[in-house]
Amino acid sequence: MKARFGDIELKLTPQGGSSVWRFSLESARLRAFAQAIRDEGGQLIALWGSDDRHLGQGFALHTLYLSSQGLIWAHCPLPADDPAYPDLTGIFLQADRMQRACYDLLGIRAEGAVDTRKWLRHAAWHEKEHPLRKDFSACPPCPSAGTELDAYPFIRVAGDGVHEIPVGPIHAGVIEPGHFRFSVIGDKVLKLEERLGYTHKGIEKRFEGMDLLVGQRLAGRVSGDSHAAYSWAYCMAVEAALGLVVPERALWLRALFLEIERVANHLGDLGTLGNDVALSFGFAQFWRLKEEWLRLAARLFGHRYLFDRIVPGGVAADLSHTAALDAAAARLTDEVRELKAIYDEHAGVQDRFAHTGQVAPAMATRLGLIGLAGRASSQAWDLRVQFPHPPYDQLAVNMAIDRRGDVLARVEVRFAEVFESLRLIQEIVRRLPTGPVHAPLPAPGQVGEGLGCVEGWRGPIVVALRMGADGRLDRVHPHDPSWQNWPALEVGILGNIVPDFPLINKSFNLSYSGHDL
Amino acid sequence: MTAGIVLQVAQTLLALLLAPLLIGWVNICRAWLQGRSAPPLLQPYYSLRKLFHKDATLAHEASPLFRFAPYMIFACMVLAAAIVPSLVNDLPFSPAADVIALVGLFALARVFQALAAMDIGTAFGSLGARREMLIAFLAEPALLMVFFTASLISQSTELPHIVERLAHQEFAIYPSLAFAAVAFWMVSTAENARVPVDNPTTHLELTMIHEAMILEYSARHLALIEWAVALKLYTYSVLGIALFLPWGIAAAGDYTSLPLALAALVVKLLLGGAALALLETINAKMRLFRAPEFLGTAFLLGVLGMLTHFLLEP
Repeated sequence: MKARFGDIELKLTPQGGSSVWRFSLESARLRAFAQAIRDEGGQLIALWGSDDRHLGQGFALHTLYLSSQGLIWAHCPLPADDPAYPDLTGIFLQADRMQRACYDLLGIRAEGAVDTRKWLRHAAWHEKEHPLRKDFSACPPCPSAGTELDAYPFIRVAGDGVHEIPVGPIHAGVIEPGHFRFSVIGDKVLKLEERLGYTHKGIEKRFEGMDLLVGQRLAGRVSGDSHAAYSWAYCMAVEAALGLVVPERALWLRALFLEIERVANHLGDLGTLGNDVALSFGFAQFWRLKEEWLRLAARLFGHRYLFDRIVPGGVAADLSHTAALDAAAARLTDEVRELKAIYDEHAGVQDRFAHTGQVAPAMATRLGLIGLAGRASSQAWDLRVQFPHPPYDQLAVNMAIDRRGDVLARVEVRFAEVFESLRLIQEIVRRLPTGPVHAPLPAPGQVGEGLGCVEGWRGPIVVALRMGADGRLDRVHPHDPSWQNWPALEVGILGNIVPDFPLINKSFNLSYSGHDL
Repeated sequence: MTAGIVLQVAQTLLALLLAPLLIGWVNICRAWLQGRSAPPLLQPYYSLRKLFHKDATLAHEASPLFRFAPYMIFACMVLAAAIVPSLVNDLPFSPAADVIALVGLFALARVFQALAAMDIGTAFGSLGARREMLIAFLAEPALLMVFFTASLISQSTELPHIVERLAHQEFAIYPSLAFAAVAFWMVSTAENARVPVDNPTTHLELTMIHEAMILEYSARHLALIEWAVALKLYTYSVLGIALFLPWGIAAAGDYTSLPLALAALVVKLLLGGAALALLETINAKMRLFRAPEFLGTAFLLGVLGMLTHFLLEP
């Protein structure tokens, strides 16, 4: 199949599912191609690199775009010495941090980039060392580790009465670590700058040489709250690489797990959003519902958060009590509707939610805001709707969308998605096809590449991988939508006051672990 | 005189004992209203015991002021609790301070709290101190207006005279006190860092007012501050009772009605705690910059109370 982007005509090769297209282009044409995608209304959703020197090549830069044609996975081969590619931040702002991380991990430079500060590297390894290169060895620990202080040059705001509030990475509550540098006058925020990477665990390095089945367990734990989404994306990539056809019932069950996970997370967020405006009633009620929901999951499938129920080749749990799940979904719909009425009519809550932390649609497009937060700012992307992979192609998902871009919009989108997911759960339960739930993995024989992309509760979760001829993983890149959504938080807080930050932050509820890797 | 001193000591000890219980009771009511299972009534005591048994951690930059402040704040609150008549009227300590001095006593504790918060130089300490002062400078005038309204009725700013006039002389309905009561409730929520002005249970450091100032305290220092917080809530509660529901407080020298006075106090505190929990459950915390409007309204209501007194209660 062929596709045109501006004056660039491409021959696309389908890869893993009907809507992922893959092609290779030289790095000199990368900017023109990205610009063509941008002009057409597309977005960059992931950027990563790989060290292909052991395959007799150099390095490679991978970019993944969302366009009207589907997901386009473009791959640019780069030379082995001084690998560089043209900077994309002028076209897609969200490329900035991904490019910096790519340099920290692989030493691939973005030529012409304005911001070349380190991103994922704190002081754990030396500037000249790049952990994702195949010749990097973590054993023994690199001698330079710890000798350098983590001096990160924050951008200063100067002026009369401006001062800085450093927050984190250790917080008063039990939450993930991240550093937030506020420049304020009084309580009004002039600038917020994030510093992430505190939970960098070397997940991508850990994948190297891992068995395919064990890889699923690690992939699912990249960000625990999106376990089903990561597991599915990983399995989709493995199955694409192996050319494995998964039984239909397994696909339907995977969708069921993904929607259960979405409902659980949205319920939790709606509760904590109430708690953040000191409406503990909402917190207690939503978390009661979430707890009952998790217990139901544990009863039906053997794990509260459905850990390791999605495995390469199918699923590891089957559904026998369809009536129980159907009834629970119906009951939950009623209860959430009742609580929504309370939130809707509570003047104090509405006053705190409305007009707080606004990201206008035009700004959201510029930033590449995606997923749930994107849909609250008019960014109409939902993989389940536009590029439905089975079984979503038979489910007709309704997209939740809001134009306002404030905390209230993100709350409304969550409510709408809870109702939609509960409807989907009931529909899946009723239409669940019969048959086996698992297909045996074929014996590996050659190098294979694959990409999986699933609409998790936060947004599109991507896992791209390459396996060696020995059937072990060679390079795995998991991508969380938090990468492109974190910068939007810096924009959303502008003009707001410091005490509203936790509420705005919670309304995005982005992953630290999924971002820091 | 001896009996008076004994009663004074007894009332102060009662305040020290009941204050954590009041906090425990409010927490129980909040849990019930939210459909959670409740913590034990004695939980605040358990927490105090735990804190007193720990070793204190001090910032390297902490000056002696930082260590001294908790004792000062605690002493201020004990004195305040001793002055307000809760069981019996006209105790030996009462003439020591009238309502204006009481406001000053609260202010003194607050100044030490804010200074200690800024002393160690963390961002949150100064942030909390700044917000606390914003709230305080608006709350104090409103509180004074409430007291003036009550003083106008009894022609005295001494609490024993106010209680004597309202509780033990011929019963009368004062419309001015209705305005003052609402204003008093609004000021109390702000002064005691309760919803809708502040959230005592939050862990989000950026939203805190009172909690931000005490983030660096630990062990016995924190225990004293927590106890002082409980005492402040208790003192405001008995103050509200003395001004607006004084019936039951024993008259000066009337020792036979003491058991009745104690029972009345406990019942009123139980009801007041439940009402506080209810208001905290149905309200959300307001945006910080709405607090001035909230306290401005309290001030306005206090002034309205005074005007009503001149118009309707000649």
